[in-house]
Amino acid sequence: MSETSAEARTVVVERNLSYPPEKIWRALTQPHLITEWLMNNDFKPVVGHNFSLRMEPQPNWNGVIDCQVLVVEPNKTLSYSWGALGLESAVTFTLTPTPTGTLLRMEQTGFRPDQQQAYQGAKYGWQKFFANLEQVLAQVP
Amino acid sequence: MKAHTDAIFKALGDPTRRAIFQRLSREGEQTVHALTDFAGVSQPAVSKHLGALKLAGLVRDRRQGRETHYRAEPKGLGPLVDWVAQYGAFWRDRFDRLEDLLKRMDQ
Repeated sequence: MSETSAEARTVVVERNLSYPPEKIWRALTQPHLITEWLMNNDFKPVVGHNFSLRMEPQPNWNGVIDCQVLVVEPNKTLSYSWGALGLESAVTFTLTPTPTGTLLRMEQTGFRPDQQQAYQGAKYGWQKFFANLEQVLAQVP
Repeated sequence: MKAHTDAIFKALGDPTRRAIFQRLSREGEQTVHALTDFAGVSQPAVSKHLGALKLAGLVRDRRQGRETHYRAEPKGLGPLVDWVAQYGAFWRDRFDRLEDLLKRMDQ
């Protein structure tokens, strides 16, 4: 199941996996495993740790995502900030045990200006802009 | 990430351009003169901002007599919405890979 809400600017992707939370946690937190399913990285499961996720560079983008670990609750919750293309958001993985395995939920939320990137100084304006975005989008046929 | 999305972010990354775009969205069509009074910067500066917005597909212009009228093109924001939607597609793809990895991992 997945949903995308322009209003809340939140992306949610959920999946039922037939594995215990402990195993999924390893895939989410061990750098060599993260590389296999997500991206090259220098992740450490330590709150406050700064790391990068690296994709192939693309036109107008160097492919680097700047992250900082926000929450580490082993086998339950992992959250890190996600800064790319001048916007910063937070990615949160939640693992919930089910009778057949684990429900894995990824929520990416709070897209807002990354003050350290391209749109420095425009923070207030961006927030106001996003607050009005919904109103503007309502006019899109 | 699409280059066009980047152009939209760049166009809207400037507070004056964003204010102009929002005014056009709210108030409808405006002349360059009216926008200059509103923005509080010189007319050449306003024209330059409008040019950037036009390039990003966010406004449309029409000439009438000696005046150029501008109006917002809300459809131009489409790629911005797609940009959010794109992350949904991105994560579904990565979850597929994660499932493959879990299959291969030792218990």
